[in-house]
Formats: sequence, structure tokens, C-alpha cells
Amino acid sequence: MNIALFLEMAAEAQGDRVAFKDALTGESISFAGLYKAAQAKSQVLHESGASHCALIDTSNLTIPVALFASGWSGIPYVPINYRLTTDEIDALIDRVKPAFVVTDAERREAWVDRDDLIIHDRQSFRDVHAQSDDIAHWSMEPDDVAVVLFTSGTTGAPKAAIMRHRHLVSYTLMMDFGSADEDEAALVTVPPYHIAGIAAILTSVYQCRRVVQLATFEPDNWLRVAREEGITSTFVVPTMLARIVESLEGQRSANLPNLQAISYGGGKMPLNVIRKAMDLFPDTEFTNAYGLTETSSTITVLGPEEHRTAVASIDPTTQKRLTSVGLPVPGIEIAIRDDEGRDLATNVHGEIFVRGDQVSGEYEGIGSRVDDDGWFPTRDAGYVDDDGYLFLDGRADDVIVRGGENLSPGEIEDVLRDHECVRDAAVVGMPSEEWGEAVAAAVEVSHDVSVETLQSWVREHMRSSRVPEQIQFWDELPYNETGKLLRRIVKEAFADPSST
Amino acid sequence: MASLATGQRLKSTVCTTEIMVISAPEGDLELTCGGALMGADASNDSGSVDPDFASGTTIGKRYVTEDGDLELLCVKPGDGSLAVNGTELKIKESKKLPKTD
Repeated sequence: MNIALFLEMAAEAQGDRVAFKDALTGESISFAGLYKAAQAKSQVLHESGASHCALIDTSNLTIPVALFASGWSGIPYVPINYRLTTDEIDALIDRVKPAFVVTDAERREAWVDRDDLIIHDRQSFRDVHAQSDDIAHWSMEPDDVAVVLFTSGTTGAPKAAIMRHRHLVSYTLMMDFGSADEDEAALVTVPPYHIAGIAAILTSVYQCRRVVQLATFEPDNWLRVAREEGITSTFVVPTMLARIVESLEGQRSANLPNLQAISYGGGKMPLNVIRKAMDLFPDTEFTNAYGLTETSSTITVLGPEEHRTAVASIDPTTQKRLTSVGLPVPGIEIAIRDDEGRDLATNVHGEIFVRGDQVSGEYEGIGSRVDDDGWFPTRDAGYVDDDGYLFLDGRADDVIVRGGENLSPGEIEDVLRDHECVRDAAVVGMPSEEWGEAVAAAVEVSHDVSVETLQSWVREHMRSSRVPEQIQFWDELPYNETGKLLRRIVKEAFADPSST
Repeated sequence: MASLATGQRLKSTVCTTEIMVISAPEGDLELTCGGALMGADASNDSGSVDPDFASGTTIGKRYVTEDGDLELLCVKPGDGSLAVNGTELKIKESKKLPKTD
């Protein structure tokens, strides 16, 4: 098994088709061209003697070349977040050296004298040739490491998640080979260092579907590119969809009739955003995809039909489905367990465990967190309803334990967001002498509202233990660039007495 | 007769077909394409396709035994058809998934 095989197949079946296009520069590469480039660069990587191939850049045509060349040469591919500080990037590079690095021209300049790195920018990587004319054969060993991804570390130092070829191959095989029509095009705006960015490359190549890369996200530009490129499908994180919806304010429709499918994930989607988006994109099918880096991306999906049914229904259970992340994809099993590892009944909140061939659950230096029966603890909290639909509460580490009672921040945030004056809410635990932990909320408001009003609002809708003891008004809640709420920052604000 | 390992790539000896093993049962079995045994380093010029096993393979299709224990992915198409112990493999029907990326 090797991800390079998928590129070989696409080049064989649809060699002339455009594989990737960079919307920023207008450059493109065909499947046959990509195959040839990956082959040539695999030899360069092989000769370099590097242990890893690190990529620190925005989306561009060298990204798929580096990914497939790495797989081909048997060196792990390590995309690193280019937005991190120099010190943070240095610390990560130290964990993967001696490394072959492809980055922007400025960083190349700064690093060019390091003897533990072979460093290229986009252009020099394109120009570099191997010493020999050998054509290497890739390994089909399923256990070879394909990708190392540093997790976003919203709670601590980044962990290096390991994905072996068998995990990524198993994920990609969920799709049908060559199933895309010639006019299909996926708009990829998620950054290259996000698991969704890697998944999009693999599944698009396997389906022989053109990818249009958009290096930076800005809603009006996104809409323009989607229109000009005849985009048929795309993946967005919730903050992107929220900003697209916002920029369409006052319009009746997004006017993108070619856009057949929008999938979203990577964070909690506010209900008002998805409802508005479904109005603005009447011809588009919406899918909620839930997955983790450690599971090679998507493990559950809430499909278009469920979206439509939920919005049209007056039955509260069916309506609630819109907040579910759906049912497991083929080959994936889900279990909800308590702190002791015992399986829980439906509708009971606990930790989400997942099992399947695409689940890696392994970290460099830490080892595998998958148990003997193949189950991986996601550290996400949630429950499954009577029909098997999965609902997320947030990170298990975020659960607030108040006087021995487990409270889900997500549920309290949902209630707060339903108040007409509240645009967004973040609920965290704060130290309490009386309860151990107490509920605290930071809210973003659209109109002035008092703390007391919001407290009674929560009291009307939930048990009194859920009512925030403290509420702060923030101009903007902290999210990372892929739409994850940085609860840690909110928590710090309540932990520090000087800020209240 | 040979045992097959997950991830292994095999070639036909009588046509251009190549496959990758997605899953395989334990133990030996006789995997043929076009009526001739497949091999890892085979060249495809050592004979002709048996007319009884000539319905061809399609790139990207998945081929399975009746019980589903053996599953192969066709990575290069050819004129021969795949068979185990003399029984032709079937194309596995795919499940339609919503687009997720």
C-alpha cells in the first residue's frame, strides 16, 4: 500500500485532465504532469538523505508534488503551520531533522546555512534535479509512515500524530476511483497542514477530480473564484461559512448554481449559520463531516437528506439532528464510554471511542493510544441517540465538573447563542471554592444585554447548575485559523482574578 | 499457490492487469488473471489470455470472492479476468457517500 499508487492510477486513467490549479497564480498541472513531477522529486528526496520532508507554505502546486514524492521515496511528509512564530517552527523542525524543507523564499534565505536542513523554496524545488537517472520503486509496506502532522495543541504542546500508508489508503478507498466528471472541481481552502487538506488531495486525485487551491481565505474572493472556476464541491470550516454568509447579507441567493456540495467540519457549526447558508445556497447539498487528525479525517457524516429533513421538520428530535455530526462512515465503529471504560447506553454522555482501519491513534515518542481491541479514545465528549446519530459536547478535557456533576460547555453555549442578543458564546470551568469548578461564560453580543438577563435565560432553559456564575462580554471570541474555539484563552481570563 | 498479504501488488503474466490486495484470508490460494497465476515481478509476455477468463479488468474497480474474504483493487486494466481457484471474482458494488472534502 502506498498513496503514490493513487496518483499512478489517476495518471493512467485521466492523464491529460487538470489535477491542481493554483487560483492565485493561475498555474495548473495535469495528473500525468503531477505523476512525472512526483517521480522526479522522489529521487531528489531519496538522494538527500533526509529523514522527513517538511513543508511550510500556503497552498500551491508544490504541495501535492511534495506529498506524493514523499510517499514514493518512503520519507514521511510533514506539513507545518506557516502561521506559527519562528520559535515555534524551529522547535517543530528540530523534531524532524535532518529534514528536506520546502518553504517560502524568505525562510529559505534565513535557513540556507543550516547543515541539518536541505532547504528549498517553491521555485528551487521545481528546478532541482536528481543526480542519477534512476527511477525508484515505492514500498508497498502498509506500515510505512506516510504523514506526520503536528496537532494544533489547543491544550498544550503540539503532538506529532503519525499516519501510516494503510490508514490513508483505507480512508481514500471509501471513495470510488475515477468517479468525478470532467467538469467537476473542488475548491480547497483549508491549509495544507490540516488533515482535511491532506484528505482533499488524496480523495480528489483518487476520484480524478480537479482541485482549485485558494491559498488565503477571504469571503468575497472565495465567492468570485467559486463562480469563475465553476466549482462543484468544497469543504469549509465553520468560521469560513459564517463569513461567507455574512458577506452575502441582504442577498437572496449566493448565485452559485454549479456548486453541488458544501461539506463542513473542524469545529462547531452555529445553527443560525447553517440555516442561513442552506437558504443562500438552495441548490447545494450540505454535509457535516466529523473527524480527527488521528482518524485520517472523516469518521461520521450528516448527509444532505438529513439536513433537509431537519430544517423542514416541526418534530424537535428531527430538528435537533441538524446539530448532530451524523452516522459513522463505512468501516468505522463508534462507542461512548465512561471514565472507567464501560460502554454507555444511547443518550448518555461520555467519551467517544472509534475503531476502524483508517484510525491511526499514534504519536511520535508517545506510541499508540489504540487499545488491544482497536479502540481509540478521541478525548471528544458526546453521545449517540436512539437512531445512532452522534452528537458532540466538545473536548472531554473541557467538561466542567461542578460539585461532582459533569456539565457540557457545548450545551450551555447552544442555549446562550439562542438568545437574540448573543452572537457567540464560550463556556468554561473556573476555579470555585464551593464547587471545585463553576460555570463561566464569555459572550459576544450584537445588542446590549445584562448579565442577569442572560443568567435567567439559561435558568429558563436548563437546570440551575448550568447557569454561569460569571459572564464576561468580549468583542471577539478567540478562534484558531481552522475554526477551533481556543477555550484555553477564555479559561485563563476567568482563572486570573485581576481580569474579572 | 501462495498466500497473499494486504498491500501487496501483483501482475498478470498474460495481460497488462495489475492489482493491489486490499484484504486477504489466511492461507494459500491460487490467484489467476487470464487463467495464469499472478506474480509480484511477473512480465506480461509469457503466454496468452485463456478465452474462459477473458472478460477483462477495469481500473479502480474492486474485485471480491463470493464470501468477500478476498478483496483486490485493479490498479492497471487488462484483457484477462481475475479468478481464485478457478472461480471468477466479482466486481464489488460501491456505496454512495456524500461528498466530504
